[in-house]
Amino acid sequence: MSGVVIGLEIHCQLDTRTKLFCPCSTDYRDDGPNTHVCPVCLGLPGTMPAVNRTAVEYALRVAKAFHCEVPVECEFSRKNYFYPDLPKGYQITQYDRPLALGGYIEIEGDGGLEKRVRLTRIHIEEDPGRLVHKGGGDRARYSLVDYNRSGVPLIEIVTDPDLSSPKEARRLIEHLRATLEYLDVYDPEKEGSLRVDANVSIAGHERVEIKNISSYRGVEKALTFEITRQRSLIRRGVAVERETRHFVEERGTTRASRTKVEEHDYRYFPEPDLPPLRVADRAAAIELPELPAARRERFRVQYGLSPNHARTLTGNPGLAEFFETVAGDDPVLAATWVADTLLGELNYRGRPVGSVGPARFSALLALLKSGRITDRSGVEVLRIVLDGDEHPDAVVERLGLAVTGDDTVSAAIAEVIAEFPQAVADYRAGRGNAINYLAGQVMKKTRGQADPRELGRRLADALAEDGPCT
Amino acid sequence: MEDPYHAYIRRLEPRSPGTGILAGRTVAIKDNISTAGVPTTCGSRILEGYVPPYDARAVELVRDAGGAINGKTNMDEFGMGTTTENSGFGPTLNPRDTTRVPGGSSGGSAAAVAAGLADLALGTDTGGSIRCPAAFCGIVGLKPTYGRVSRYGLVAYANSLETIGPMGRSVGDVSTLLRVIGQPDPRDTTMRGTPYAHDPVPDVAGRRVGVPDEFFGEGVDPRVAATVRAAIETLASLGAEVVPVSMPSMACALAAYYVTCTSEASSNLARYDGVRYGPAVETARPWHDAFTLVRSAHFGPEVRRRILLGTFALSSGYYGKYYGKAQTARANVSADYARLFREVDVLAGPTMPTVAFRLGELADPLSMYLADILTVPANLAGVPAISVPCGTVDGLPVGLQLTGRAFDDETVIDIAAAYEAEVAA
Repeated sequence: MSGVVIGLEIHCQLDTRTKLFCPCSTDYRDDGPNTHVCPVCLGLPGTMPAVNRTAVEYALRVAKAFHCEVPVECEFSRKNYFYPDLPKGYQITQYDRPLALGGYIEIEGDGGLEKRVRLTRIHIEEDPGRLVHKGGGDRARYSLVDYNRSGVPLIEIVTDPDLSSPKEARRLIEHLRATLEYLDVYDPEKEGSLRVDANVSIAGHERVEIKNISSYRGVEKALTFEITRQRSLIRRGVAVERETRHFVEERGTTRASRTKVEEHDYRYFPEPDLPPLRVADRAAAIELPELPAARRERFRVQYGLSPNHARTLTGNPGLAEFFETVAGDDPVLAATWVADTLLGELNYRGRPVGSVGPARFSALLALLKSGRITDRSGVEVLRIVLDGDEHPDAVVERLGLAVTGDDTVSAAIAEVIAEFPQAVADYRAGRGNAINYLAGQVMKKTRGQADPRELGRRLADALAEDGPCT
Repeated sequence: MEDPYHAYIRRLEPRSPGTGILAGRTVAIKDNISTAGVPTTCGSRILEGYVPPYDARAVELVRDAGGAINGKTNMDEFGMGTTTENSGFGPTLNPRDTTRVPGGSSGGSAAAVAAGLADLALGTDTGGSIRCPAAFCGIVGLKPTYGRVSRYGLVAYANSLETIGPMGRSVGDVSTLLRVIGQPDPRDTTMRGTPYAHDPVPDVAGRRVGVPDEFFGEGVDPRVAATVRAAIETLASLGAEVVPVSMPSMACALAAYYVTCTSEASSNLARYDGVRYGPAVETARPWHDAFTLVRSAHFGPEVRRRILLGTFALSSGYYGKYYGKAQTARANVSADYARLFREVDVLAGPTMPTVAFRLGELADPLSMYLADILTVPANLAGVPAISVPCGTVDGLPVGLQLTGRAFDDETVIDIAAAYEAEVAA
């Protein structure tokens, strides 16, 4: 897409055990509203923040993974505004002395080449609480506030306007998510753990900010809609207005904010309750794990995987580790079965790869490799293993799926040749596809247990023996 | 016991566990320091009905030391004032002369100690709020080094300037209370230095005492100046070496102070929106109107004035001109102290330019702000400063202010103790 300019501001919740400035637990998923709160995250008078060192460590891992420059010291600032979900009347964030500056994220660009998307900065901040509007959408009669989320640590990653299409934006978010998972700082299962604001413009026209995108699929949708909207305005000779719009997830559209954008003056100033934080030393001490790009390359070299399989299998650390556990002595076979079959089956069931026992999956691969079962039976066995609690060997045994021994197949071949003289005659008359019909009949007799790769050859042999071609 | 001076907002039945270094002693707590289960109003109607679920660290330590907390004391609303007249609960009277103010903002704590209603008190000092009422009521009050006493539980007015500190009838009492509260707290990460574990050594021989010209300049009552100079002579007679010095950064100190404290206040006081505590918002109104109404109705005029001033000073386009510049002036004050403390051990001068004002005398805010000129420099630099009674003018107490190096509260206490012992003798 030529002429499209996109920059993103991505908020990710850091998966720390406790909140950014108090000891409250961040795992409130199964609990009622306002049950994970204390005087600090409720902003009660007299309370003071104390920085969670793990949150800083996590943020520094991210900064280091994306090649950012980490200053000797960073500082927290207050962003002042009134909102009921903001219990102190300000958010503690970072302003002119953030945790990290610069850096880049490498993605596959639309041209298929590696592309560097530059980062402006990464900073740490606290999440506000959450408003629940009662009475539905625009016509809410009142709102309730839940402060369980208040004080959960976030990082905000701001990119330069280096992205050229909604697809690139989605790829960036996907790569970012994978990297955060590799760094073990992020839990994608938590609601609202990734939120994106996107700035998008058509070259030469005003830019529009889209807020409230809460999934990475939403990013592509919102941007695609917005670009179409802007293009159509331009085509009709209407100026694109500089404004903030909201993404409406259910409809896949963006709508103008209810109130006219007023230029907020957040009156930032340094947070006097927190001394500056020394970060460069801590960043230097961090040893990063193998990240997605490196692991992808290793999978290609070490296991001889195709670029596509390598990319798919390194998409999240759990999947990559699962593959390495089951790779065994035929990694290509394993890659095919994990990437092309298992993932689809899991996706269909809405289950994570962690729910599959690697030993059982390896047993399935062994059955396939030895030729004891056919590929078609393999899929059947896998489904049964996923849905129940049975070992693949037991499934094969119970359903009699083992590839049938020679006697049975030979008998079936002989019977078929006897029963279908017309097809035999056609074959012998040189109409080669007739053999497929015969093979089908053999499969029917053996209930699919003949190895299809072998069957063609054996039928051809049998037909040749049975009588000379005329 | 009666409270004829209206020193307290709320009296409490003291329950002393009877062990520890404060055993058997009553302690009054300024009402901007959080007390679990006991309303904490900051002298403001906007906190009416608010009961903290937790104790401030200093309160926790007072209880642990066996102190008997006997009430929460009156104060200028959120600490904004020099007279304790700006309280949502009415003014406190000066026990030495009930037509006079006790000073502020810790006027209730000072009056309680001066009147014998409490043995000791906790005050807080943002720009002189412990030292001013100590001077006006004729007691001892110490603003400790910033970072030496946990602020956890002190309801913030201007976080970068304020500290909790001890008030008492003697330097020894003040030192004892500082021993109790000068302990570490992981919840206040601005804390520095070592715990205070000092016993006063009343000795000033060989100490160098600097006397800045600027502390005796325009606006300082000549009779107050003369009283304080006599006190400094007393120190000299005890073997101190008195050195005239100059502190040019004083010229910008008051402006730097008021820009900084109002800026921080505008942010600190944003949380009083009627959603979680205090008088509730009317939920039928749109959010913006609802919280505006609560804040207009329940903050007093001085608080509203400072919030507006601070909001302006931080607004974009003015930040550099006001807040940014104030930080530069503040750094100059710190640099001046650093330079002077290479030459002298303490600085001496009056605590307040005058004796206690008559009730209602400081009607316009500017003249009230000007009265803080001698106390704000210590807050800007975070250094310790004590006010010790050093005589009277027209029967009203005058305070000698001694300022020391950061984290050397010990020397300030020692010299104050030496002076006190000499005048008592």
